[in-house]
This record gives sequence, C-alpha cells and structure tokens, in this order.
Amino acid sequence: MLIKSIFGGKSEMTESASKKCPVVLMTRIRLARNLSDTPFPGWAKAPQRQEVLETCLPAVASLSQMKRGITAEVEELTELEKQILVERHLISRELSSAPEKAGIVISKDQSVSVMINEEDHLRIQVIKSGYRFKQAWNSVTNVDSSLEDDLDYAFSSQIGFLTACPTNVGTGMRASAMMHLPALVISNQMEKVVRAVNQLGIAVRGLFGEGSDASGSIFQISNQTTLGESEEEIIKRLSSVLKTIIDQEMNAREKILEKDPNKLFDKIGRAYGILQNSHLLSSSECMNLASLVRFGVDLEMFPEKTRNIVDRMFIECQPGHIQHHTGREIDSQDRDAIRSEYLRKQFENIDKPVFAIDETPKPEDQPEAERNEDSKD
Amino acid sequence: MAKPLKCDLCDDAATVHLTQIVNNQIHKIDLCESCAEKKGITDPNGYSLADLLVKPGDSAEETAEPIEGGLVCDECGYTRREFKKTGRLGCEQCYDTFESLLSPALAGMHKGERHKGKVPARSLERKTYEDRLSSLESDLQLAIQKEQYEDAARVRDEIIELKKTTRTEEGK
Repeated sequence: MLIKSIFGGKSEMTESASKKCPVVLMTRIRLARNLSDTPFPGWAKAPQRQEVLETCLPAVASLSQMKRGITAEVEELTELEKQILVERHLISRELSSAPEKAGIVISKDQSVSVMINEEDHLRIQVIKSGYRFKQAWNSVTNVDSSLEDDLDYAFSSQIGFLTACPTNVGTGMRASAMMHLPALVISNQMEKVVRAVNQLGIAVRGLFGEGSDASGSIFQISNQTTLGESEEEIIKRLSSVLKTIIDQEMNAREKILEKDPNKLFDKIGRAYGILQNSHLLSSSECMNLASLVRFGVDLEMFPEKTRNIVDRMFIECQPGHIQHHTGREIDSQDRDAIRSEYLRKQFENIDKPVFAIDETPKPEDQPEAERNEDSKD
Repeated sequence: MAKPLKCDLCDDAATVHLTQIVNNQIHKIDLCESCAEKKGITDPNGYSLADLLVKPGDSAEETAEPIEGGLVCDECGYTRREFKKTGRLGCEQCYDTFESLLSPALAGMHKGERHKGKVPARSLERKTYEDRLSSLESDLQLAIQKEQYEDAARVRDEIIELKKTTRTEEGK
C-alpha cells in the first residue's frame, strides 16, 4: 500500500528533468525541532517517546501540506519499505533503525517529509528538484510555522532552537544541494574542492549522506554551522560556495573537452554501450554509467529526454528499488541481472551519442531568484 | 622496546594514547585502560565533540581533575559522562546544566554564539501568556491572603482582561 503510492506519484527526485540543471540535481532543507518539556528522543524513556509520537503524528498528518499523504509508524514498515524510503531520501538511515515509537509523514508529492523521534522529536524536510533554495525554504518554514501553532517548541532566545546535538542548535537548519560533478572527479580536483569548501564551514558528503561513497560523481554539499547566522544568511553563504563549485565544474568540463576530448568521448560511448548490452550491473557501476550519460546529455550528445531516464536511474537502480520491482526475494547476483535487463530496455531506443561538440557548455544553474520562477508552493 | 609509558592519572601502564591538535598545538595524553574508560574517551565515535570541550593548553590537567564529573541534569538525569560519550544532550534543560562545557564548544563549532534566525512566535506568545497568568494568579492569592481586596479586584480584572484578549487572538 505504502510503496504503491510512493511509486505511483511523481517525485521531486526523479522528475528534475523538466528543469535544465546541469549541475544541481536537487535542493533540500531540513529543520530540527523539539518539543518543550520532554527529553530528546535518544534519552527519552519508551512512554515519553510514545507520548511524543502520539502528539506529533496527528499534528503533522493534519497539515494541509500532508493532505492525502502517507502516515506511518516506523515499526509498521517492512525492511524493504524502509530501504526504499531511505533510497528516495525521504527518511534517514537513523530513523529506519530507530528503536521504537518513531514515525514518518510524507506528502503526496513526496516533497515534504517529517520524521518523528529521530535524533530530534521532529525533523522537517523539503526536497525540491534543481537549484531552488528559496522555494524549499518557503515551503519548509510554512510547515514549521503551522506545526508551531499547535506544538510548543524547545527554544532559547540566546541560542535558538534546542536540539539533541549541539551541532544543530540555533536555526536547526541543514540546507544542502545534490551536485553532479563528473568533470571535477575525472580531473582529480574533488579533493582540492572538498578541502577548500570545508574551511568555509561547508560540508561535502556522498549521495546518501555521512559515510556514503560518492558513486555517480554526486555530492551533497551543506552548511555545517547553525548558530550565529540567520537562515537567509546561511543559505546565501552556501549559495555563493555552490556557485563557485558550479563554475569550477564548468571550467573543468571545458578543459577536458579542450585537452582530451577523445578520452571523454570514449568514456561516454562505452557507458552507452554497456547500458545497451550488459547482462550484469551492480548498483555502483550503474551510478557511474548514469553519471557519464548525464554528462553526455549536458553536452547535447544525447537527446534531452535521456536526462529523465538517467535521473531516475540514480534512485531506481538502488538495491531496494530493484528488489521491489522484481516482486520477490532475490540475491544480489539476481539483482544485477534484473538491473541490467531494466536498463537495456530503457536504452533500447536511445540514439547513439553524437560526438560533435561545437559549443562549450555554459553554466545554466542559477538560484531561483534570478530564474524568476513561479514561487508559489 | 621502549619502556612502557605510565598513565597520566595513576601509575599503571598506559595503553591509550591520545593526541589532539587544538589550534595547531599538539597535546598528548597517555592513559591506562581503566582511566581512559572512566573519562569516556575509548569510544572513537563519541570523542570528536569532547575534543572541542577540552580547552587548549590544559587538556591533561582537565582530564586529571574531574571537577565537573558529578554534573547531572536535574530535569532528566543526564550526566556529563554521557554527554562526553555521545556528544548529545538529554533535554532542553541540559543546555543550562552543561552551560560551562557548552559555551566554549559552541563558540568553536558555530559562526557565532547568539541565535539570529527564526523565532517560534506562537510558542513564545503562549509562554509569555502562561508566565503572565501564573504571576497574576499568585498576586491575586497574595492580595487575598493579606486581605487587600482592592488590589485583589484589580488583579482579578487584569486576569479577565488577559484571558479575553488572548481568546480573541486565538479566535481569529
């Protein structure tokens, strides 16, 4: 039931193709909030956790943003359901292994999700495809304010929202952008970028957050500090770092095309060949192939519609999704076979890449303000 | 083989060697296993925050002097030891309880020490209302006890007024 509705609806994660975003795949903001007068989830006793869940779950589920959404206690979910939610970035790994009395509410369009009794009582998250911090912030702050109508938050005028971990205190906000940086990876510049960015109080992680690898050349870039600046200031600072990284990536792309186009064409051509013909594909190989094809789409070697297929690959080639797609218990070898079968079908009708590059790519990612988009959420 | 180091706290052989770099200064501590465990530093995952808690220059001394070792949160029973182990707090009150440990740490991990962002206006409004109401109610009791009925009547009217204005606000 749960999974069906997740797969049925459009998701911000998989539909970014409609927007022209060569580098920023998606934008995400989450707020950490706690109820006043109750210990934080990690220290609370079972009855206290239960009380928090009983207070928060209906309060969140009744929000207008959550109309016809999904509401569940984590204990009710199967392992596979939890894995799929993690792969879609709708819940954290921490929540999926939460001891008991944890909950999740997900909006119908899967852009808003609220976790209950994770590290904090409430983790409110909004995901937007492309580079849209402004819309993500408007949306997340609306959910937050509506919840605050009913719930008393733990707050200090000195140090802001009080969170279980002092690294989140203040705004309780973590803003992040999922960036696709194939040229920086190919030209071995990522380490340099990570080091420079870290010094500015900005963190770089892999696709699935802390400790995950950066397969597919996808990186999560987020603010590390939450106290001493307003939300707008944090987002502004993060955006200026993101802009620099976008510029670096675009420069690296130009340089590769200038210096050694054949090396790149070879990689992209092989990726296309493998996707059309392979019979066993692991999820990490699949991520790297998807990354190369996406790079090819940016360079107009493939038709624009291919971007959508590739962006879905990043999510739907994850083990949990393949498992669900099959509908029966399978081991990883079978998964690799099924994954490649699915991709052969996807790439069957994709024309082979055009290796004539007349123009160098121009950065098209721009913050929402300059793109003058519809900001109603 | 070199002579085994002695624990900085007792005379047992040191098996836990901790090197910290704080503000480009290297600090080394050698501890035996039981002292290390007592100080809660054997868990590598939980120690990153504790690094920040030890002020540069007195790492060894502070470890040796557990002045605040007995610090416990009145509200939720969370201990300093637990905090050092996990880097997390037990409840909102812990921020006051462990303030002496937290302030230097917060300064080290954030851009500033004062919140400049969003304020939960409704939560604060309700809190102000409740605080005001309970203070008026105790004024009322006091006035009645002292048989100052004019004051009591005035406070009673204030309470009625406060409740009325808040209700109209909520009714919007």
